[in-house]
Amino acid sequence: MTGFLQRPWIWAYLAAAAAFIATMYVSGGQGAGSLAYAALTFAAFAAIVGVGQMFVITLGPGNVDLSIPATMTLAGTLALKFMATDSSLILPGLGIALGVGLICGIVNFALILLLRIPPIIATLAASFLFQSVAIWSNRGLRIKPPAPLADFSTGGLPGLPNLALVAILIAIAAWVLLERGLAGRWILAIGQNARAAQLSGVPVNAVRFGVYVGSAVLAALTGFLLASFSGGANLNMGTEYMLMSIAVVVIGGSSIGGGSSNVPGIWGASLFMFLIVSMLNSYGLGAGVRLILTGCIIVTVVAFASKRSHSA
Amino acid sequence: MTREHLRFMLPILSLSILLVGVFYLQPRAMSYFGLNLLFNLAIPVALATIAQMMIIMVNDIDLSIGTFVSFCACVTATLVQDTPLLGYTVLALAIVGYAAIGAVIHIRGLPAIVVTLGMSFVWAGLAVLLLPSPGGSPPPWLRTLMTMKPPLVPFAIIAACVIAAVTHLFIKRSSFGVLLRGVGGNERALERSGWSIVWLKAAAYGLAGLFGVLAGMALVGLTTSADANIALRYTLLSIAGVILGGGEFTGGRVSPIGAVIGALTLTLAASFLSFLRLSSDWQIGAQGAILILVLAVRLLVSRREGAA
Repeated sequence: MTGFLQRPWIWAYLAAAAAFIATMYVSGGQGAGSLAYAALTFAAFAAIVGVGQMFVITLGPGNVDLSIPATMTLAGTLALKFMATDSSLILPGLGIALGVGLICGIVNFALILLLRIPPIIATLAASFLFQSVAIWSNRGLRIKPPAPLADFSTGGLPGLPNLALVAILIAIAAWVLLERGLAGRWILAIGQNARAAQLSGVPVNAVRFGVYVGSAVLAALTGFLLASFSGGANLNMGTEYMLMSIAVVVIGGSSIGGGSSNVPGIWGASLFMFLIVSMLNSYGLGAGVRLILTGCIIVTVVAFASKRSHSA
Repeated sequence: MTREHLRFMLPILSLSILLVGVFYLQPRAMSYFGLNLLFNLAIPVALATIAQMMIIMVNDIDLSIGTFVSFCACVTATLVQDTPLLGYTVLALAIVGYAAIGAVIHIRGLPAIVVTLGMSFVWAGLAVLLLPSPGGSPPPWLRTLMTMKPPLVPFAIIAACVIAAVTHLFIKRSSFGVLLRGVGGNERALERSGWSIVWLKAAAYGLAGLFGVLAGMALVGLTTSADANIALRYTLLSIAGVILGGGEFTGGRVSPIGAVIGALTLTLAASFLSFLRLSSDWQIGAQGAILILVLAVRLLVSRREGAA
């Protein structure tokens, strides 16, 4: 039992469960099923971008992908525009979204490699470009997703939304990659000591390239799904995922300094981030108080999570 | 010419080239009125950039400065206007709060990027509480100050020079500035020689808070009203401004004059497009492109330096 409690990701799930119970306490136990269903749906978006951001952060200090919101917006916008509500174009549309992610990732890494600037500023500068292209192509139009795609993204099995299924599969793949795959070992090795990793023959730049492209592709996929889920792309759709993607990594028990990461925590933290907002909603608080409490809770949880990593 | 000189010249050069471009496209901009119009909105951006620079100087990064400036703008447009005593007290407390965040980040060894992201929710929430819908008005003295028309040189230019000069003297020339930069340069050495890193970090964050407050006030003085989202873009703009001005993310290597010039360049990049008759859709893109361009030139320069 003590071994179980020492898992870095257990706290995220405990916090999520506490938020769930606190919400249920207000409603008197009403709607537990629908709350869980909604939590799984919305946590799926945070979990997919979180997995991408986690791999980036694992690479070590200074590695953060700030272009996730812009990549999401651009991929969602271009894919929905291309499909133009035509059901037969769904697969090519998904291809367009993933292609956008691929290009964004390549641009990000090209800036990091060629300009030798910290990734945080490279992804920031690139995100300005991505956002601009999105604004230009969007033109304030809101194009609906094709009906089957909208049905898929809002539907699901009883108790398990399709989106959550997709996100869980991605998380499992990421877990296998990180814990069992050679690439995962390489990523962790670079995060712990890039120089040592290079000297021991790890193809550092190839791994970093893969990680940044992977993060952008996952962000693009999230943008595609989010736009389909919410009935169209809009220019602010990615905004909250800047914080979200970083917060779920840290709250999930991964080290912000890199070199130590875990995938299960991403899901726990994603559920927590949604449940905390619905808990505050259920107390009938105004938008202002809700924001303040969300911020305070995030800072407190991060302070708590960091304390554990110090004592460990 | 040493590397330091080049580092200093590059921001000036990029601003000059952009300015020449604007003048070429629109000669009428080369006037008292034109210059004031071009650079007016750069004043709050420059102040926010200096705030960000204080944080970057101690090797942290502040992702909450945009919401903080919005919050300060809301306080200025409501409380300071209606009940000045309470208003100024709240602004002072906000600065103390910023310093406290810096201290907590250091004491608990927290990642600044996450704590400030979390704090951005807090500032946004406070701003929404104060001003649920756009409105408010600036105190008359602030409006008078920001719309001042001094002879010969437009107010925006004078303000930018004053901000640059004051922060340059403080950060680059005072002994306290050396200590602050030392936190970014070699924290352990400072600690071993008996300085309290907690207090120095708190001071750096407090200074960031102070300049954030000034940015919020300047913004309200210019726009005459505030809303809770008025300065959200300042977070990314301020980081870009610091880097554009020759600052580095680590090692306490920052340049206050460069940061102000960086902020002016980014503001000018946005208006440059309208002179090219390009759609304003590309505004953000132009700022990103200029950032990339300047960083590329900087790399070329330092490479040649390395080869020579």
